[in-house]
Amino acid sequence: MDRRSEMHRRERRRYLIGFGGSLGLTLAVFAIAYRFGIETPGVYLAIGLLGLAQLVVQLVYFLHIDRRRSSREDLDLVLFSTLVLLIIICGTVWILGNLAHRMHMHVM
Amino acid sequence: MKRAPTHSYPGINLGERHASAHKATEVVTFGFWVFLMSDLVYFGLMFAIYITMIDAQAGGPGPHELFDLHSIFAQTLILLTSSLTVGLAMLALKYNLPRVRIVFWFAVTLVLGLSFLVLEVRDFMAMAEKGGVPQRSGFLSAFFGLVPLHGLHVAAGCLWLIVLGIQLRVMGMTDRIKSRVVRLALFWHFLDLIWIGIITIVYFGGLAYG
Amino acid sequence: MITQDQGFFGRLTWDSFPVAALIRHPGTNEIVANAAAAVVVVGVVVVVALLSWFRLWGPLWRDWLTSADHKKIGIMYVVFAVVMLARGVLEGVVMRAQQAAGPGDGFLAAEHFAELFSTHGTIMIFFVAVPFVFGIANYVVPLMIGARDVAFPVMNQISLGLTVSAGMMLMVSLVVGEFSTGGWTAYPPYTGAAFNPGVGPDYWIWAIVVSGIGTTLTGINFAVTIYKLRAPGMTFMRLPMYCWTIICSSILIVFAMPPLGVAALLLAADRYLDFHFFTNDLGGNMMNYANLFWLFGHPEVYLLVLPAYGIYSEVFATFSAKRLYGYNSLVIATMSIAILSFTVWLHHFFTMGQSALINAVFGIATMLIAIPTGVKVYDWMATLWRGRIRFSVPMLYGLAFLMLFVIGGLSGVILANPTVDYQVHNTLFLVAHFHNVLLPGVLFGLLAAYNYWFPKAFGFRLNEGWGRVSVALWTLGFMLTFLPLYFVGLLGMPRRSFSWEDPDFHPYMIVALIGALVVLGALLSVLVQLWVSIRDRDRTRVPAGDPWDGRTLEWSIPAPPPAYNFAIIPRVSDRDEFAAAKEGGAAYPSPAAYEDIDIPRNTGIGFILCVLSGVWMFALVWWIWWLAILASVLIILAIIFWSFDSSTELTIPAEEVRKAHEAWLEQVRQAPAIDRDDETTSRNRGLARPDLEPAT
Repeated sequence: MDRRSEMHRRERRRYLIGFGGSLGLTLAVFAIAYRFGIETPGVYLAIGLLGLAQLVVQLVYFLHIDRRRSSREDLDLVLFSTLVLLIIICGTVWILGNLAHRMHMHVM
Repeated sequence: MKRAPTHSYPGINLGERHASAHKATEVVTFGFWVFLMSDLVYFGLMFAIYITMIDAQAGGPGPHELFDLHSIFAQTLILLTSSLTVGLAMLALKYNLPRVRIVFWFAVTLVLGLSFLVLEVRDFMAMAEKGGVPQRSGFLSAFFGLVPLHGLHVAAGCLWLIVLGIQLRVMGMTDRIKSRVVRLALFWHFLDLIWIGIITIVYFGGLAYG
Repeated sequence: MITQDQGFFGRLTWDSFPVAALIRHPGTNEIVANAAAAVVVVGVVVVVALLSWFRLWGPLWRDWLTSADHKKIGIMYVVFAVVMLARGVLEGVVMRAQQAAGPGDGFLAAEHFAELFSTHGTIMIFFVAVPFVFGIANYVVPLMIGARDVAFPVMNQISLGLTVSAGMMLMVSLVVGEFSTGGWTAYPPYTGAAFNPGVGPDYWIWAIVVSGIGTTLTGINFAVTIYKLRAPGMTFMRLPMYCWTIICSSILIVFAMPPLGVAALLLAADRYLDFHFFTNDLGGNMMNYANLFWLFGHPEVYLLVLPAYGIYSEVFATFSAKRLYGYNSLVIATMSIAILSFTVWLHHFFTMGQSALINAVFGIATMLIAIPTGVKVYDWMATLWRGRIRFSVPMLYGLAFLMLFVIGGLSGVILANPTVDYQVHNTLFLVAHFHNVLLPGVLFGLLAAYNYWFPKAFGFRLNEGWGRVSVALWTLGFMLTFLPLYFVGLLGMPRRSFSWEDPDFHPYMIVALIGALVVLGALLSVLVQLWVSIRDRDRTRVPAGDPWDGRTLEWSIPAPPPAYNFAIIPRVSDRDEFAAAKEGGAAYPSPAAYEDIDIPRNTGIGFILCVLSGVWMFALVWWIWWLAILASVLIILAIIFWSFDSSTELTIPAEEVRKAHEAWLEQVRQAPAIDRDDETTSRNRGLARPDLEPAT
């Protein structure tokens, strides 16, 4: 087998590992939700963490973002975007949550 | 052939075998990444709005009445599989496999994308039957501002798959087409990432806090 | 909310034209409105007639509308911005006249006055400042970094097309229907369907959405251009300061335009599809809108002012004949401002009712921005210090900026204190503050850039005397118009009021009107300067390309530059590459060999999308659904067809490049090397004699 098909095999395995990982995480999320019921305390936290893990798995195995030198600039871009996004989302939720609280907005 | 470090495009790439396409692709792909990040802000804001509006149900139907986890589970599996198949199309391109392999994986991806859309639209119709229309409440407006936005992206991705499939036949394996395949794969993976956010925040978050 | 009974043209009827109102019940208000509409119509007719008379349609199409050359696109951006600037300034003058006509109701109807301040704000931000800033950037950035074009030339053309078509919607709103009365911020629920069922807010929404897409594409383009297309050897720490500010500004665009798009589109969903994002009923929350809008709005002002800072950095260095002082600190300050600008948006709505803690956090974050800005001001002053200063027009704008901008910045620090803001929010104090940063900050910077780089773009210098008159009029006009507004704002006069009663306001209003007339004179003086300069162009030509003893790469090539910019891509080894080359005697090298150069081929896609997006917006505003759907389909088809085009580049043979370049080098050898003191005389042919003793 030449070097090329060897690399092809390796890269395909990488995709398959990513797929397997994502699939496992997805099954875990739904299994937890069905088994324990989403309202159970702690379950949503677990689901959130698994979701985060899934994001990382897909970024690494599908989008090939990692800490290798050659993908630094993508990593930088993703990290910067995450920073801005966190500022925007957390700020929004903080401000509007506070406003809702102070204005007794319980629209039901 | 040793490439200068500034020309080695990270992430999904075509590799050394496509030297001429690789260099042109590098700039375009980086630009596409920047576009995706801009798009990500759109989604991020819609997530933020959804979070602030979970309570704004105004007496209308809420997540418990409306969300169908079985269907969401099926959609998740379909989208995840399509991410794999688009990746395999990418690999077929990268390793110069016969063009028919690329077209095959494109076709599989397209079928999966369309099935996802069918399931999603069926969900929306089921919601509407239960009174879950966007005109009903702020919560439903936020839901229908976000989830169909993702669906619209998937639909755009399907259109792109079709156009690119035709271009593969008509224009052949030019550098330009190769670079478009790379970007399409990026786009498709990106949509999968957004979908993870949607199941975690919109569906499970809605059920937990709505 | 959409009602069912509409005809073929949606809700467009004879009554939609302001002429109808003039005929029914003529009055001052109707006359003013129709005069504005008439100006638009007559303007279009005159332009069409002139183009036909001089048989310019062909050249216009071939050389401009279909060109993907960043230099031409840049010039078109600036022309568009100046046309819109004229409208914006005129509206400002009418508004000042209305308020000076008080106490009482003045001569305009309240609705009309509200349209004026809404269009004035929308135009000045989205269709003057943004296109002007990116017009200059389009022209200059690739030249400064030693590139042949931007990263995506065709996308650049599309950006221009979308910006122009959105701007045209504001012009159309003068002739058909009316514009929004909701201010440039268009806060719901006032702009929602329940309170404002007319077409006004819809014009605003679609103009903002389309121009926002154009601007986002521009931001992506410039971020990638500067990131990826720098000449070999130009590391980030050798990047000219102006390019640093443009890359930061582009990053701001990429992340800050989406909130605006989301805000406008969700407002559209409320208005068209009866959603409840910002409505009063069924769980809508208008505070979400304020939050979204200012998530965009604050980065927006920095994405406008940062490029101006960059321009001043280049101008101060060049006209002081010194290296820019504190380059590293300026870079860090620019990046800090860019990041901090994402953390301060709440200061636009301190009074919305959130807790004191949140207000304090955002107030402090706002005040922090004063630190990097202060660093910049000191760096610029240190650049001037012991430089060999020439008081040329760009330098004079820069000095006016330094003095006036500090006042505006400090009034910003005052406003950043939530307790003070509670007193002066929504008053003319605020109006004075942001005009004080936007005029001396952004506009003076752009005018400085226009005077500074004009000879590079057109090959001849602008008239110095009229330039000075302009500086004087802009500065005086600005001060007379806006400094009184600080005082009257502290007295409590609300902004955007078409009518007022307190006689104490009157003197300030009169002075502000006089100031507005001076500003109008300033605008005219810019046009006179242009006309005089074109008339005298034979005496001010600078073919050698370096009229100001410039320091960066754009001055090392002919004026105007060839389509491919650089015959040979330079290798960079210094921050002030061209200055270093001149001092080392290595400027104007004769390359050993030339190569074929690929430049982007002309394409009509930008123009096609410009027209189609214009039709699309108009159809949506007037509920002409069949046309909206048709336009959408055509837009998608146009993009798909264009993507099949495989010959996008034109090759210029090496021999042609060699001939042109050697002819130019010969011109350089013939030109007299002039001393800096003579650079405004007709001896200046664009070859500077560098002062080999550096200023101390």
